[in-house]
Amino acid sequence: MGEAIVITSGKGGVGKTTTTANLGAALANMGHRVVLVDADIGLRNLDVVMGLENRIVYDLVDVVEGFAKLKPALIKDKRFDNLYLLPAAQTRDKNAVSPEQMRQLVADLKEEFDWVIIDCPAGIEQGFRNAVAGADRAVVVATPEVSSVRDADRIVGLLEAHDIVKPLLLVNRLRPAMVKRGEMMDIDDIIEILAIELLGVVPEDEGIVMSSNRGEPAVLSDRSKAGEAYRNIARRLAGEEVPVLAVAEDGLFTRLRRLMGWSG
Amino acid sequence: MSQRGRAGGFLDLITRVLGRDEGSRGTAKQRLKLVLIHDRASLSPELLEALRADMMKVITVYMDIDSDGFKVEFERQDDAVALVANIPIVSVKRHA
Repeated sequence: MGEAIVITSGKGGVGKTTTTANLGAALANMGHRVVLVDADIGLRNLDVVMGLENRIVYDLVDVVEGFAKLKPALIKDKRFDNLYLLPAAQTRDKNAVSPEQMRQLVADLKEEFDWVIIDCPAGIEQGFRNAVAGADRAVVVATPEVSSVRDADRIVGLLEAHDIVKPLLLVNRLRPAMVKRGEMMDIDDIIEILAIELLGVVPEDEGIVMSSNRGEPAVLSDRSKAGEAYRNIARRLAGEEVPVLAVAEDGLFTRLRRLMGWSG
Repeated sequence: MSQRGRAGGFLDLITRVLGRDEGSRGTAKQRLKLVLIHDRASLSPELLEALRADMMKVITVYMDIDSDGFKVEFERQDDAVALVANIPIVSVKRHA
């Protein structure tokens, strides 16, 4: 019996899909059986981030409507035999699925997989209610900006109403140099404001754009700092004690070393 | 002057010269705290109603009040959020 985790944020564009793809790939790389569920119906994206967009035959709505069976709808990852994707429907809207149907779907997936990771759409409407319906735990992604933290706070309140009482915080796109200059909120500021447990911190990293360009999750690259952060977060999710490392500023020397191909 | 270590010394000097010692971080945090007090409070009218009922229970031990005119609201001023109660008194009870 696996565990279902919803990746949510309220605000759009803070890295839910990137987080889903990277945590999924990292957990699969650790040998766990993982399925990623794209719950953003009508705005399908997890498939392109994973590089699996050409393999889609059936989607989530096909499955809940009984048009397709669950197993044939799951797309096997290119890199891992134990990683699968259930894509969102692209031509339907969020009302095509009910929270009750999602709860059943996630329960079925938990029978087969160690981890069911659900990519939640932005917003707090039907799509959000569907995505959280079957989840055991929630990861709230927030960037160190007032708009994102405010929306994250709203999401924490709504999760409590859905009986997900201990959401975990993932601070994404932190820029250590700006924190050092006093021009960006630090991790402690965000934890103090949201008053939830910290799962991990992912630094801003150009490698994320490059990896989504290629459809290769950043955790598969040794050189990506964000990838390294996601690997640590996956280990923490799986119950390992991994300290949250201080995110070091990118100095000239490390940049040079990376430029020359030595891992930084 | 804040201590940012040796590497930050030059930056400190520049910010001091430009008169921008306090970064926007503190402003962000302060503004967020205030807006969230308001957000969290306005999230549940039920909670506010429960608070109103409890307050009424306590106050009516000491005085008769106009329960229809009894209002409890959050008000935001420039740099603070206040819980404002308006309690019209009908009569004060005499205590022995």
